[in-house]
Amino acid sequence: MTEIILQGLLLGGLYALFALGQSLMFGVMRLTNTAQGDFIILGGFFAISTVAATGLSPGLGLLVLIPLAFLAGYALQRFVLNYTLGRDPLPSLVVTFGLSIIIQNFLLEVYSADPKSLEAGSIALASFSVSDITVGILPLLTFGIALLATMLLQALFSYTSLGRSFRAVSDDREAAQLMGLKPAIVYAQATGIAFMLIALAGGLQAMRTTIVPADGPLLLLFAFEAVIIGGMGSFWGTLVGALLLGLTQQIVFRLDPGWGIWFGHLMFLVVLVIRPQGLFPKTRG
Amino acid sequence: MQAYDVIRSNHFSKALPWLTIVLLIPAISLPMWGQSSWMREVVEIACYFLFAMMWNLLAGYGGMVSIGQQAFFGFGGYTMLILGNEMGVNPFLAIPLAAIVTTLIAWPVSLLAFRLQGGYFAIGSWVIAEVFRLSFANLHWVGGGSGTSLTALRDIEKATRESTTYWIALACIVIAIAGIYLFLRSKRGLALLAIRDNENAAASQGIDVQRLKLAVYLIAAGGTGLAGALYFVSNLRISPDAAFSVNWTAFAIFMVVIGGLGRIEGPIIGALLFWFLNKFFSDYGTWYLIGLGLIAILVTLFFRDGLWGAIHRRYGLSLFPTHRFLKPRN
Amino acid sequence: MLRSQGITAAYGDAQALFGIDFSMNAGEIVALIGANGAGKSTFLKTLTGLLPVRSGELEFEGQSLRNLDAGDIVKLGIAMVPEGRRLFPSLTVEENLLMGSLSGRKGSWDLSRVFTLFPILQEKRSMPSTSLSGGQQQMVAIGRALMSNPRLLLCDEISLGLAPVVIREIYAALPAIMEEGMSLLIVEQDVQLAMQASSRVVCLQEGLVSLEGKSSELSRDQISKAYFGI
Repeated sequence: MTEIILQGLLLGGLYALFALGQSLMFGVMRLTNTAQGDFIILGGFFAISTVAATGLSPGLGLLVLIPLAFLAGYALQRFVLNYTLGRDPLPSLVVTFGLSIIIQNFLLEVYSADPKSLEAGSIALASFSVSDITVGILPLLTFGIALLATMLLQALFSYTSLGRSFRAVSDDREAAQLMGLKPAIVYAQATGIAFMLIALAGGLQAMRTTIVPADGPLLLLFAFEAVIIGGMGSFWGTLVGALLLGLTQQIVFRLDPGWGIWFGHLMFLVVLVIRPQGLFPKTRG
Repeated sequence: MQAYDVIRSNHFSKALPWLTIVLLIPAISLPMWGQSSWMREVVEIACYFLFAMMWNLLAGYGGMVSIGQQAFFGFGGYTMLILGNEMGVNPFLAIPLAAIVTTLIAWPVSLLAFRLQGGYFAIGSWVIAEVFRLSFANLHWVGGGSGTSLTALRDIEKATRESTTYWIALACIVIAIAGIYLFLRSKRGLALLAIRDNENAAASQGIDVQRLKLAVYLIAAGGTGLAGALYFVSNLRISPDAAFSVNWTAFAIFMVVIGGLGRIEGPIIGALLFWFLNKFFSDYGTWYLIGLGLIAILVTLFFRDGLWGAIHRRYGLSLFPTHRFLKPRN
Repeated sequence: MLRSQGITAAYGDAQALFGIDFSMNAGEIVALIGANGAGKSTFLKTLTGLLPVRSGELEFEGQSLRNLDAGDIVKLGIAMVPEGRRLFPSLTVEENLLMGSLSGRKGSWDLSRVFTLFPILQEKRSMPSTSLSGGQQQMVAIGRALMSNPRLLLCDEISLGLAPVVIREIYAALPAIMEEGMSLLIVEQDVQLAMQASSRVVCLQEGLVSLEGKSSELSRDQISKAYFGI
């Protein structure tokens, strides 16, 4: 049982990486990226291709990909998504949904529907045992990365000038302009960072398991559920939400594989009913 | 003191009754002179169109953008199947019954969905749709993951079955258009527009926002359930993946956005355009879908009000006018 | 220093300014008065780049403001204390003040000087800005604008919602912040307050300048007429 709980928590770490980017984008500009999951899978496939083309190790391959992901996210926000922002949630939803369909079909064309994965070599199979509990190295590493990412994001927001800009434009876009901030650029920076997390998540997902182009939407739902359960406006909340989701799924999965994901959805709906603001909501002034 | 008249119609819209008659005569008589494949196509496009009209009502007038309406589509389909296969109800009768049952189940679902707003409402509705899908996929007596067939119509002759299905589809289209048009012209329709523009202001005017939004949600669910039941009567085979596929919503969004949100003419144009594109380009598979996605994105970015919105703005045309204008009495 | 000629502006189809002719010299304190909807805040929005100018000329220290965005205008030296204060609720007092210095303009205004002007803010520097009283928040808003070392400070209805004793305190601080060359444009609904604090008064009525003159020379009657457009 302890092993199941541990595995659930470690899985939750990966889910946190799915969710942090979404939490960031929604927190700064109220934008719901329905293509979040598809971008993660895209990142995974790009990681696979990068490693195949350059012969780099998966870790180095991701390291190369992450700054590129920042640029991609920055450009996407600056030249496309910025024009969908506003009171009406529809334009950003339609555009990101359109992107979701384009990405899935593009991936189908280029990579076909055959499952692929990122060969992580020895890390993928390595594990160590404590008493009678076995823990995989890769899931542990992923969890550590998720923890680090959450800490860094929180620190960025609380202690840096960029973080202050994020909070300011999110609070009051016009007043932020009066301070000399250019919201278009601040938003782009936020999305750039979100995409770095997306690329990281995609690579780790591809190392953990095989991926196919159609995997995106489910990852979006996991990310979204983690954010809601944890409470909006809080990165640590997102992490906790993700851990709870992973835990629920893993426990139920062991009991009956067909119901694992269903129970995760159910848990999300239960939280929605009894505590809709999430577990650790940040109250806005 | 200047006196004013409230007018609603324009030259274009006054032609509407004639247009309807001209179109309906060949439409109703189609089974006599047309091929059965045409009837099936009309039924299929009718389902897509109904879904789009309901999505348009929900998003354009209710202000609720959902990516999970397929929950009600599939639920309507499965309810029809259960009524027909397991409870011996005539499947044609089961269609409106399934719509009613879907409306009923939409009420507890709304209690969940209304906890969320905006973009998160959209994704939350998708989660709910997934719960529906997974639930039905685990029900073995309706075929589980691979689905099952509608056996209740086996005894009816093919031609009769197809023409009946066709006429029901036609009736659904007419009722949907007429119903929504009349609703939007009514006081409640005006209230809906007020809510869509500014919820707080509308509430301060005494409009019961929550009740009206719930009403819209229930109607949209019922209409979508109707479309689902109709689709699977025509299709004869249902499966969770087909019934609860998010593609239904994707295509509805495409149709409404291209045609123009919040206008009745919009989904009509969007559906025709979609049918046209589907007929000639769907063989291109993934590239066709990429094209659809690109079109939706470009239209959203550059033609916020869709095609009909652009026409309306340029020429002031309106086939189904719902706005009221003040004309000075002289 | 500041010159506007024939400025028109609109919100969508609703025109708000119909041709504002207005100028200010360095070192002046000018009060902009007028009824609600007369166009005072709208004019300030055009000055700060938040609202585009439809037609007319707008110059600050010889440079046209016409196509600049808000960020560029702050860099030129125009800062605003917005109506309703508009502090950032997610930021502390100190962080709000720091936001003011983002434009990078050099000058004598920094955190310590703001704290000297408004000592209570130093006490509350790490508190969320929303926990302060109305008057204290107004001080933060003023301090934040000062942090950008402006040459022209725009104050939009800074007395709104404040108790009279607090208003007196805030207005008493204004002369202290007037440096060599800095100018002050005060938008006020309270006409008496505006007249007392300024050397010159400009009155707007339905998007046009209806009266202009020295505060000491204008009579109450003249002002009423200009205010209400009688």
